Amino acid sequence: MTYSLTDFDRDYREHRRRSRMVFWSAALLLAVLTWVTSALSGFFKVTQYTLPDGSREEGWVIPAGLPRLGEYLSKTIPELRWESLLADIANWFGRGAIWAELLLETVLIGFLATLFGVIGGLLLSFVASRNLSPAPWMLWVSRRSLEIMRTVPELVWALIFVFCFGVGPMAGVLAISIHAAGALGKLYSEANENIDMRPVEGVKAAGGSWADQMRWGVFPQVLPNVISYTLLRFEINVRSSSIIGYVGAGGLGQELRTAISLQEYTNLSALFLIIFATVIVIDWASERIRHRIIGIVTA
Amino acid sequence: MEQHSLILSDITRRFGETTAVSRVSLEIPPGQFVGVIGRSGAGKSTLLRLINRLIDPSSGRITHGGREITALRGRALREWRRDCAMIFQQFNLVERLDVLSNVLVGRLAERGFLSSMAMRFSDAERTEALRALERLDLLPQALQKAGTLSGGQQQRVAIARALVQKPRIMLADEPIASLDPGNATRVMEALRSINAEDGLTVLVNLHTIDTARTYCQRIIAMREGRVFFDGTPRQLTNDVLRDIYGSDGLAEFSESVTSTSVRVKVPA
Repeated sequence: MTYSLTDFDRDYREHRRRSRMVFWSAALLLAVLTWVTSALSGFFKVTQYTLPDGSREEGWVIPAGLPRLGEYLSKTIPELRWESLLADIANWFGRGAIWAELLLETVLIGFLATLFGVIGGLLLSFVASRNLSPAPWMLWVSRRSLEIMRTVPELVWALIFVFCFGVGPMAGVLAISIHAAGALGKLYSEANENIDMRPVEGVKAAGGSWADQMRWGVFPQVLPNVISYTLLRFEINVRSSSIIGYVGAGGLGQELRTAISLQEYTNLSALFLIIFATVIVIDWASERIRHRIIGIVTA
Repeated sequence: MEQHSLILSDITRRFGETTAVSRVSLEIPPGQFVGVIGRSGAGKSTLLRLINRLIDPSSGRITHGGREITALRGRALREWRRDCAMIFQQFNLVERLDVLSNVLVGRLAERGFLSSMAMRFSDAERTEALRALERLDLLPQALQKAGTLSGGQQQRVAIARALVQKPRIMLADEPIASLDPGNATRVMEALRSINAEDGLTVLVNLHTIDTARTYCQRIIAMREGRVFFDGTPRQLTNDVLRDIYGSDGLAEFSESVTSTSVRVKVPA
């Protein structure tokens, strides 16, 4: 029996039919999931709202609530007049000196937390890689540890450390370090699982210990990935450390909390601008650093 | 340095259902140049990995002098791997590191934890590594990234790495299978000089029978995990070869087909 073109034609039709079925089943499943989850999160809610003339009306929550977003945002816009522009801006950023100091603290928390996170995450990542782990139980323990570290949100870690070590940036550094180590360890270990194992075998065959195999066989291969993930994490950590002051763990967050609870709306917009500008600068700088370093290590 | 025979007694290795190496017993005296031939999947590679303990046997013993190789663990095992250097078909270099660092990998078995992690070596060790590179004509490439070298150069870097281990035995797992004929010859000549000048035992897996005939004092042929032939190149006749490679259906078995020799054989 030979396989003729007619046979191929039949098999190909069957193959096409199956692909189409998989596609449409997946599309249907996705549509149902989207509908169910948005219904559960209250997207289709009907609510009562007040019209400008004072009468009450029932309607869909989204058109009913959108005007309130504009209302809130408009409150955060400060009054700026041409004739007294500089004075108005100075007034807007009235707490600028305090904010500058807290901004520096925010960036420093982000930096130190990234450093600790890289050390912790890198050490755990080798044990947490399926292809490298010295023993199955060590793989299990390290993976579960990384999961716990990154599942508990930074704010919760911060609350715990503020309770232990008191109010201040140290609690923030510890909180973000642990979360970052958990997240980085996972990313690093995935990079480790994609390496070429032949150099590792080469080091092993020359009499290298497990640590030698990691240092010489694995680390040089994953270095560009490690740098890339680390710089991205630094940016995320600076953003986290600007929130973490909410629970007393240092940085700009304490000012955000004060502004929200005392309804100082223009302070909120000023703080937002400061954090936004900082993130843009870090993003731009880390992009440049990443390209420089990766250019050097891959050359 | 005292010289010992490498003795394999009744070595078997199974992977699930398949038996890669089956009840192999061999004695390899020091200083011998041994070629191992056989079809793909005959167990040649597994045999070499068992000797270096990259793979542990399912049963059987390997001994070298007073040492029971199959019982070694931890530091003693790493020292055995240093004494029994290995080179691979795909070179197994760290391509992102420079050539010199790759050669220094051969010194890792004797380095402490901290100096290894910091990638620090003594001047004496660096000199030794450079001497090995010089011997293999690779001194100008010492600071290049290993991945930028040609296949033949990479294999010679791997030999230099093996040399600085100061081994007693050199295992080579199809070292010339990914190389062109010119580079294959250079690599085989390097192995020959290591065997002749340094007195190392060389055990090399080969796919090319004429190479085995040219370089090896003794040829071991494997078939389905067992040692099927063990003798001198002279004793390896065409009839034996046909049995080893099981060339059923092939009208004529010609070893020149696999030849990587640079000399072109002109038909008479």
